[in-house]
This record gives sequence, structure tokens and C-alpha cells, in this order.
Amino acid sequence: MENTKLTAKDFSSGLPVKWCPGCGDFAILNVIQKTMANMGLPREKFAVISGIGCSSRFPYYVSTYGFHTLHGRACAVASGVKLSNPELSVWVITGDGDGLSIGGNHTMHAIRRNMDLKIILFNNRIYGLTKGQASPTTLPGSKTKTTPLGAIDYPFNPARFAVGLDCTFVARCIDSDIAGSTAVMERAAKHVGTAFVEIYQKCVPFTDKEFEWLKDPATKEDMILRVEHGKPLVFGKDKNKGIAIKNMKAEIVTFSGAVPAEVAVYDETNDEMAHLISGLKHPEFPTPIGVFRAVRKPAYEELYYDQIKHVGDTKEHELEAVLTGPDAWEMK
Amino acid sequence: MTKAKNKSVNISKNKSFTVRFAGDSGDGIQLVGTRFANATAVAGNELSTLPDYPAEIRAPAGTLAGVSGFQISFGDETVKTPGNKPGVLVVMNPAALAVNLKNVDKGSIIIANSDAFSQAGLEKAGYKTNPLEDGTLSNYRVIAVPASEMTEAALADSGLTKPQVMKCKNFYMLGILFWMYGLETEDTKGWIKTKFKKVPAVAEANLKALDSGYAYAEATEIFDARFETIKSAVTPGKYRNLTGNEAAAYALLTAAKLLKKKLFYGSYPITPASEILQTLAKHRATDVVVFQAEDEIAAMAATVGAAFGGNFSATGTSGPGLSLKLESMGLGVIAELPMVIVDVQRGGPSTGLPTKTEQSDLLQSIYGRHGESPLVVLAAASPADCFYTTLAASRIAVKYMTPVIVLTNSYLANGSEPFRIPKLSELHKFEMAKLPPPDQFKPYARDPKTMARPWAWPGLKGYEHRIGGLEKAEETGAISYDPVNHEKLTAARSEKMRLVAESIAPTKICGKDQGELLVLGWGSTYGAISTAMTEAEAEGLDVSSVHLRHVWPLPPDLGKVMKRFRKVLIPEENLGQLRMLIRSEYLFEPIGLNKVQGQPLNSDEVLAKIKEVLGGK
Repeated sequence: MENTKLTAKDFSSGLPVKWCPGCGDFAILNVIQKTMANMGLPREKFAVISGIGCSSRFPYYVSTYGFHTLHGRACAVASGVKLSNPELSVWVITGDGDGLSIGGNHTMHAIRRNMDLKIILFNNRIYGLTKGQASPTTLPGSKTKTTPLGAIDYPFNPARFAVGLDCTFVARCIDSDIAGSTAVMERAAKHVGTAFVEIYQKCVPFTDKEFEWLKDPATKEDMILRVEHGKPLVFGKDKNKGIAIKNMKAEIVTFSGAVPAEVAVYDETNDEMAHLISGLKHPEFPTPIGVFRAVRKPAYEELYYDQIKHVGDTKEHELEAVLTGPDAWEMK
Repeated sequence: MTKAKNKSVNISKNKSFTVRFAGDSGDGIQLVGTRFANATAVAGNELSTLPDYPAEIRAPAGTLAGVSGFQISFGDETVKTPGNKPGVLVVMNPAALAVNLKNVDKGSIIIANSDAFSQAGLEKAGYKTNPLEDGTLSNYRVIAVPASEMTEAALADSGLTKPQVMKCKNFYMLGILFWMYGLETEDTKGWIKTKFKKVPAVAEANLKALDSGYAYAEATEIFDARFETIKSAVTPGKYRNLTGNEAAAYALLTAAKLLKKKLFYGSYPITPASEILQTLAKHRATDVVVFQAEDEIAAMAATVGAAFGGNFSATGTSGPGLSLKLESMGLGVIAELPMVIVDVQRGGPSTGLPTKTEQSDLLQSIYGRHGESPLVVLAAASPADCFYTTLAASRIAVKYMTPVIVLTNSYLANGSEPFRIPKLSELHKFEMAKLPPPDQFKPYARDPKTMARPWAWPGLKGYEHRIGGLEKAEETGAISYDPVNHEKLTAARSEKMRLVAESIAPTKICGKDQGELLVLGWGSTYGAISTAMTEAEAEGLDVSSVHLRHVWPLPPDLGKVMKRFRKVLIPEENLGQLRMLIRSEYLFEPIGLNKVQGQPLNSDEVLAKIKEVLGGK
């Protein structure tokens, strides 16, 4: 074990970071470097795997092992890295286009297997690197270069997509909310199994105003629902609003004084609650952030190596027995 | 060997025999074929087998679509293919006869389960009258065996149900064949006992059916011919029968062991490559990771990931899957990571002929990826050669840090032949570049002898580095958009191929090293070509042959070798893919022999073409 504690700076590769000035990715990079430093693992035990897109430049800026792979394939490559080398802490950096459009199948199956990957999905609701085309999270009506009359596709809700796949850890945070994203990332880092973190991230050239309503100090407390395990679902500048669940439906209740019993207390191990709350949508409801689901199930690589631990490594004579098979004969 | 008693029997000796078993896909044809093959091997024969089964799991019983076949040729060292036309055809029903008769020469023996030639059976096969009786087969030697009835009689006291009894009739027929070829039944009996250990009554019934068939042939006057092969001296040692798919799987296990690395095999089920995945799945261990991915793309991407992760990494697929894997293979090329891709070719394009053989992925393997994206392509010549070709591919992958494709096909993958089992100590060690100390490590610093970059995987302290699909700067591997650098790196990747080519052993010529005609083959046509060559030599024809394992890059001396012949004939199971390569590399027009029927080229076809080419001079 390393005795000297590493800092966020130790996880910087020193390369000049080439995102647009003001890009939300800078803040996320800082949060993840700090989280890695706090994990107590040496740098060589990390592998950061990305696909293609602005966010996928990420590995070049982290001083660990890194692999900038193909558009959409990060989860598949990372699965190979994790299975081949299970002691590693493997982080997948992806975006809404990379992870949910061209790579949707791989994201879905990594989650299904509960492969121990930290999947960090930067959701800016646009294809930024290719300069402004609609993505699978682009909101209906949005005018982009490929939807000049407004997008007509129904968008994905990434966090709810992960919850729907029984992902064992699902969270959402906002790039500018350093405290919130740090808390989420610290928990994701410690989770064993797939940790899926959706980050609302602004893209300065194309979706600069996309999440403004979640960031404006004047309005944000009325717009955000901070979800915390064991705590009532209360929000609003004056902490006077709450979410009640009635007939499997969410409802906003307003109160004064103590939190009434009808306001739901969040339980991150409750699948139905995770499904319902992660699906709350602006403008009818505040936008939920925080950890939606966290349960412990054996991860894929745990199951794999557990199934064969009694076999151990193949001995030379065992391989020779395999080569020989049951039907061999001797020729003299 | 059991001697025939109480009747006069002619024993025909020959260098080799070809037998074809055919029946409904539910008749256990592949099973008896395999047992028969093993018995011929135990008796000291060389052999080559060809299973030929329908793509449907169970087509309707008795129909033409449901016919499954298993052909075997066995005998002395000249046996290199499953044979062109069987001398003995065993048919379990009329459909099997209808499908196979066109491929049997007149005068050959047809052994038929006459009980299956009922009205209903004949109708399903499209016969209006019974071909066993109406003169259709008057030019063949027909032996009608009431196998269903005889099996039922033999197993009257077995306590089994009628359907269970009927399942034993394949062993009854097998018993007859064992008698005809003087083969020992012991090996198969042992196999039956192990196979049906949990159901002793079924084991007992199959043993009895086998013995009854053998006794029937021995006692009945209609069997007046037995056959014996003239065996050749073979290299002493331990042997087994091996299919091409098993051979490829075992080679990957062996490569990882020789390299002292964990094997990672990431794949997606596809006919006819799934057996590699299934075989390796049986041998999972803490150092054998077998991953069934969600699709072909993920299988290849995970293979690249595992190579980055420091495992000896491989995948297997067939044509449609190869198309999907090309993208990640390109990443393997630019990341310069070692990996092996086994492509078990089948009839294409698209879904094509999933269970049938072809050699039509050559150009896709070499040129399928976008950009200048060179990699090494090897082709296996026979089922057992799938072992050594895959092992050779593994060595190149690691030594040169490059993806290597191994081309086999469904003919090799499902066919089998005896394989001398090597001791691991007989196989030479792997060459792999040494890692410099961390302070001298540069991810893209190359070994000038191989152009290989150092392989440093996550977990190694002090070697942390970042790579990716973007173009690299020399040595550092940092992203570079510099135009001249891109050209340099493109040249470096291409130079790596030249160095691989330089390492190829001098081309071996079968026959004279100059003359009128050179037959240039690659991959699975080896057996047909060498059989044709033996016959051509016997006839004194002026022809030599070269068989390529290295199909890309090509052996550097190949041009000189070809120049010593007036004509070059390239037989292949496609429309002329190697021919196109040779034409573009060496600027002359070779002659093609091309077959695209989903069936392997056979030696008669090759010999006929040799004669045609030589006759036309």
C-alpha cells in the first residue's frame, strides 16, 4: 500500500485540457480526480475507458491507465478490461450520444450483468463534438442542426433507463453542483457492481441554457429535489414542499412547519420508488438529483471468478489432459 | 480382428476407402460417423471426415431438407480429404438416398435400412415407387437391411419403449460397418458405457444393437465382401481425432500457457464458430476467462479491452460477425495490441449458407477495415492444422503487437483428422519484447526488429499511460494531428507487415521447383490439391504445388517461385480472391478454379483442371 496520500493533483496528467471555455466537463474532471485520490488506490490500479465525444477526451487528462476507444464501445471495451484484470477500478466516461445511441446496447448489457464499472454519462442533450446534432436526450421541440423544425423523437431519461435495467447504483448530479456531484461520485466509487451516474452538463456552444433553471440561485431550490436515503422528499426555497406518493403516483404537497407524514421518506433500496422518483419531470415536478438506487448484488466478475475459484489456474498437466481428450490412442 | 466364419468372404485391400452415412438429422448420423471415424483411427488409419448437416435443428423427419450426412475417408498417408465420392453409402431412409445418390458412382455399395422405405417414407422423399426394388439402383450393389425390424427383434427383452428401441438402429448399422471393415468394437463399446452411464438399460440396448449388427453381417450371405486398408507408417506417439474448431480452441489455451498469461476469449454465438466458444467455456479457470458478449461488436471490443488489460486475448466468429468486428479490429491495429481473431468462414454474403463452407472472407480480412489498416492473415490447411496455424498466429500477435486473423471454414471446423498430441515441452516458447524500466518507458517506442511497441498493462506501477483510436505521435503515443507524422505512423504500421513477411519460412514447393504449372492454394483446399497432386504425379504430369498459410502479408519469395513456372493455377472456394491479390501484387494473370457451392473443392475437380490447363498448352 502507498503511504503517502495522493491528491487530486496527482491524478492530473498535466496535459492541457482542450474543452471549450466554460464547459461543464472541467468541473466533473476535478470532482473525479479528487474522488480517485480519496479511494486510497495507487494510480496504476485505475483504468479510465471512454468512447467518442467531447467527454470521451477525459482519459487523456487523468494520470492513470486510459483508453480512448470507439464511438459507443466504451462499456464493451471496459468489460474486457475489468474481466481480464479484475483488481482494477474501471471507469467508463461516456455521453448521451455515445452511451445511449450508438452504444446503447453495450451500456444496457454492462448494466444487466452488473459488471463492476463506474459508468459516468455526461448528458448535455446534444452531439457537441460533431457540432450540434440532436441526441437521444434532446428534448422534443429543440431546434438543432438535424432538427431544424424541432426534435420529434421522444427522449431517454438516462437515470430512469438505468433504474429500469435494475442497475445496482443509479445517481444523477449537476456539473455546477460541486458538493452534490462530489457526494454522488464518492458513493459511486465505493459501489461494487455497475454504478451509473448521469451528469447534467452544459455545452457552451449548443446547449448553454439547457439546465439554467437548475442553476439560477433565485429559482433552483424550487426546481431541484435532492433525494437522500432515509430523508423525506422535501424541496423548495422555504423547505415547505414535499413529494407524497399516492396510488403509485407522485404528488406535490405544500405544508408549513413540520414535515407531514404523507411526504415520502426516500428509500434507495426500493425499486418502485426509484422508478417513480427518477421519472419526475420538469416542469410538473422538481428535477430529482442524488442517489436513486443503491443495492448490493454480486458483480459479474465476482460471480465469474467465484464459479471457478475451485479450478484455480490451469496446470500444465491439466492442459495436456485437455489436449489428449477421452479418445486418444497410441501409435507405435 | 474377428475372422469371418462359415462363409467365403472376399477381402479387398485398398489404400483408402470412403464411406458416407446419411439419414434423418434425428437418426444419430453424426454420432455413428464419429464412432466409426474413431475406430478407423484406432486401427491405425489416416482419416479425414466431413459432417454435412442442415441448418435447421430438426427439419421435419424423413424429408429431403432434414438429411444429415457424415463422410469419412480413411487409409494410408495419401488420405488428405474426406474423399470425393463414397464407395459405400449407408442410408437410413429414402430421403437420404434421394439426396446422396447423385454423388455415388455406379458400382458402389449402397446399404439401406429397407424398413424405412415404406409408402410414407418414399412419398416424403419424392419417390413414386421403391428405388430398392424398381430397378433405379440396378447399377449399384444394394444391400437392403431390415434394420428397424432386426433391432426390434434383438432388443425384444430390453424393457425399453419402441421409440427408445428405434433410436438404437444406428448402432445396429454401425455394427455392420465395423464387420465390413474389420474394425474393433471395443472402443465404441467403452464410449457407449460412459455415455449412457446413468441409464444402464439404454447402454445395454445400444451395446446389443452394435453386436447384433456385427453378427448379422458375419452370418448373412449377402455380406460377402470385407475391406482392409493398407496402412502407412505414422510418426509414433499419442493421437486423437480433432475437429478444426476444437483445434483452434486448444491452440488458444496452449498459446496462453506458453506465454504464461491469462487467456481471454470474448465471443458471440455464430454458426459454425460457436464450438470454439463452447469448447473454451468447458475449460474455464481463473486463468481462462470466457465471455459471451451481447453482440459481435462487443465481443471484439472486449477482446481489445482484455488485450489492453494484459491478457492473451482472442475472439472467434464467422463472416457476418467478422463484418461487425472490423471496427474494433481497426482499434486493435492503431492501438497495436496483440490479439487473435479466428474466422470460421461460411457461405455468404449476408446470412448466406450458415452451415456450408466457403473461402470468401479473404479480401474482407485483409482490406475490410477503413483507412490504411494492415494486419496479418493466416489460413489453416486441415482440421489439425487449425491448431498449429492458430498457435503461429498467437506468436505473431505477441511478437509484433498486432491483431492476427486466422481463416478456417466450416469444412475444417467440423471436419476431423488424427492429431498427434504434443507435449507442451515440445512447443517452443513465445517471443515478447521486454519492458524497459518505467523511467525509459514510452508507449510507442518501437523495437526496430519487429516494430513492436512495448506492452504495459494496467496494474504495472510506473507505466501508466493513455492510448486511443486517434493518431499517435511517434514514441510518446500522444494525440497528433501533424500531417507528416500521420504518414510516418501509417508507414510504421505497414513496415511491421513487411517485417512479419520477412520472418516467413522459405516457400515449400511440392514437386519440381520449376516447370509448366504451379498450383497455388491456400487454406482448406490443401487436402483436395495434395490428393490431386499425388494423382497427377502418378500420371507423370508436369505440375507442382505451393500451399500458403501466410495469405497476408504474402511470403517474400513467392514472386520468384511463381516466375519459375509458365502458368499458375489458383483453386479456391470463391470467385478468385487470392487470384486478385496475386494479380495485383505480381502483375500477371493466374488461372482460376473457382467453386462457390457451399461444398469443398474436391480432388477430381482440381485434377481435371490441371489436365485442362496442361492439355491446352
